[in-house]
Amino acid sequence: MNLLEITDLSLHIGAFKILDRVSLCVAPGEIVAVTGESGSGKSMTALAVMQLLPEQMQATGHIMLEGRDLLSQSEAAMCATRGREIGMVFQEPMTALNPVKTIGDQVMETILIHKAMDPTAARARAIDVLNRVGLPQDRFPLSRYPHELSGGQRQRVVIAMAIALRPKLLIADEPTTALDVTTQAQILDLLKGLVADSGMGLLMITHDLAVVSDLADRIVVMRQGEVVEQGETRQLFAQMKHPYTRALFEASGHQVALPAPPPAVPLLEVRNAVRDYTLPRRHLFREPGHYRAVNEVSFTLNRGERLGLVGESGCGKSTLTRAILGLEPLQSGEILMGGAPVFTGQRPNLEVRRRMQVVFQDPFGSFNPRHRVERLITEPFHLLDDPPRSAARRTAIGDALSAVGLRPEDASKFIHEFSGGQRQRIAIARALIIRPDLILFDEAVSALDVSVRAQILDLLADLCRAYDLSYLFISHDLSVVRTVTDRVLVMQAGEIVEQGETERVFADPQHDYTKTLIAAAPRLPELGAA
Amino acid sequence: MLRYSLKRLISLVLSLAVASLVIFAVIEVAPGDPATFMLGLNAQPDTVAALRTELGLDLPTVERYLAWVGGMVTGDFGTSYTYRTPVAGMIMDRMWVSLPLALYALTLSTLIAFPAGIYAAARRGKPGDAVVMGATQLGVAVPNFWFAMMLVLIFAINLRWFGAGGFAGWDKGLWVGLHSLTLPAIALALPQAAILARVMRSALLDILGEDFMRTARAKGLSRRQALWRHAVRNAMIPVLTIIGLQFSFLLAGSIIIEQVFYLPGLGRLVFQAISARDLIVVESVVMLLVFAVIAVNFLVDLAYALVDPRLRQRT
Repeated sequence: MNLLEITDLSLHIGAFKILDRVSLCVAPGEIVAVTGESGSGKSMTALAVMQLLPEQMQATGHIMLEGRDLLSQSEAAMCATRGREIGMVFQEPMTALNPVKTIGDQVMETILIHKAMDPTAARARAIDVLNRVGLPQDRFPLSRYPHELSGGQRQRVVIAMAIALRPKLLIADEPTTALDVTTQAQILDLLKGLVADSGMGLLMITHDLAVVSDLADRIVVMRQGEVVEQGETRQLFAQMKHPYTRALFEASGHQVALPAPPPAVPLLEVRNAVRDYTLPRRHLFREPGHYRAVNEVSFTLNRGERLGLVGESGCGKSTLTRAILGLEPLQSGEILMGGAPVFTGQRPNLEVRRRMQVVFQDPFGSFNPRHRVERLITEPFHLLDDPPRSAARRTAIGDALSAVGLRPEDASKFIHEFSGGQRQRIAIARALIIRPDLILFDEAVSALDVSVRAQILDLLADLCRAYDLSYLFISHDLSVVRTVTDRVLVMQAGEIVEQGETERVFADPQHDYTKTLIAAAPRLPELGAA
Repeated sequence: MLRYSLKRLISLVLSLAVASLVIFAVIEVAPGDPATFMLGLNAQPDTVAALRTELGLDLPTVERYLAWVGGMVTGDFGTSYTYRTPVAGMIMDRMWVSLPLALYALTLSTLIAFPAGIYAAARRGKPGDAVVMGATQLGVAVPNFWFAMMLVLIFAINLRWFGAGGFAGWDKGLWVGLHSLTLPAIALALPQAAILARVMRSALLDILGEDFMRTARAKGLSRRQALWRHAVRNAMIPVLTIIGLQFSFLLAGSIIIEQVFYLPGLGRLVFQAISARDLIVVESVVMLLVFAVIAVNFLVDLAYALVDPRLRQRT
């Protein structure tokens, strides 16, 4: 008998259909991955199993856990089931823990709320599971608070809470999406190990096909609330019966063809850049300490070159980006754009600043929702002494929108009328409108679905051909950097540890850290190899 | 935690020093010579001069400031110009009414607001929430003296459970004293409770949307358990801020209620002192209130750190 058997699960809000007759099952000791793009209903399926759906939603069908239908259980019975028989791990480890309670209390709470053990035994079990997830007592005592731990460590605590009572089923909703590649690899290993040890079933929700291909026994592909294909992992990848599965797979490993870069003429020169942050004063009369976020970084970006910058969170990527944009002063060294410093005196050098634009990660947060598109994308005109007016302005808006694959008529719309991918196109249009010499892409495709990401990457390649774009592409996603850059910098702890031709670095990494990063990155299976 | 408390304490002392300078400077600039005022318009110049020497008004400004601050630190607030009695004693008498009244009102308001706010948040959008929110709307809108009059009408005149005004004093026992402060405390507490309940509700609603609340539910906590164990403590920061502000307000801002109930409190003292240009009393009471506000803020800061471990580390 299957551990979890979902049959014909449908979800509605009013007349709006969210899930349409979803059926899938998980056997004990099996890892089943549900994958699909945003809006496919994969998270809703997971929440339906937990019966933690938003209140207005109505579910029909059956969700059988060892023969009991969870949909017809009372709320009290569900409370007894959650945490005890089904554990759940969520996407965002930074906010998944209560900030005012110790990790020990939070892990013990799972045990105590179900009255499974007395407090002494619960404490021993908490120590035990924290140890199992890689947080040993000598370094991570129960009295630690969540803010004293890193994202990966917090996710371990969340996992410890979920498995404290050895549930039969663990649901993990994008458990590694917010983590760095090396941390992601460790957490995936941990989950795999837990399943192997305890015979627990794992229902894993993820948008990342590469993660899934390594981990899952079976894969369920969803689109717009429906299951389009499911099967044993190797078989599914080998056959890919449904065109959507194939499209998803192709988009995940999407490659673009960049035009050859022009001959090397330096555009942006970073020389021995150092950025220190002052730490809070520990003692009233002593000098405050410093944290060196960027340490003696030097590189050159040539005109027409596409340069990548990779590294894990906290490595100094964002600090370096801000320094290049002239938003912060350097403590020593210099950053020159076409020979002129980007930061002069106490402020960005306007002469240089107007030749650079930036595109950020979050297509939802980086626009003022009360302005129309024409106003949003013409914001960089503030940098110009003589911005184009009336007809010239309209032409510029139309050109910028056409260049990114939108229509000139879209100028009069508001930002909420656009999807995430379209918003990122608008962000690129905003960067392009003053024809900058250099664009900084700061994790610009990280928040996008794979198919949308593929389109944006294609757009970048097209723009490179049309405009001789030079850009610095900052990302933690190695596969993306590999395809859209000519050269790559690898950054670790504020320093550039390796740089070179992108293909050369990926094929034959020299520095240990680069090797670790590349090894940790999940890879799509080679088609036909299975 | 110790370092955090010390830092807050240093900031408390600095704030007091700055406040005393400002108050002293303002009174310095204010027109009117206390000696002339005390002796009346027809006083002889040499009498005025003698009184000025006696009061120490002819000393250099810096010395007078230091004497004033030094006096306050040792409990000597000077002598009232109009009553010719030590200010410290006058204030002390009034404090014995105002401080208990403020604490009493604050306790009542917290006891009303916490359950009301939590109840409303737990039943968001349901009839219970609407009723509580409607009641707090009224509580905010209706002035407290109207409540005071209604309370007197119902509980003092009709039911005769309480006296209609006046303060019995503490020497007849704690119970008698509290009894005579009950109606004014309720009148003061109701509008404050209404504000506090609304703050509590909105702070809780913010927390209820947090990821860790969903985590708590996934562990098997019921809605109510999750609310009590995970939301309430996290919602305390804004609530504590409001409680701190309310205490300061209750201490000095109860003048109308003191008038309605004929209570000899600080509010009435300040009012009388201002009418009589008794600057030294005004100066002292203002300084005392500033001290109370800063001290309450200090306590609120400590309470923040007790509630939220992240604040303990930030030194």
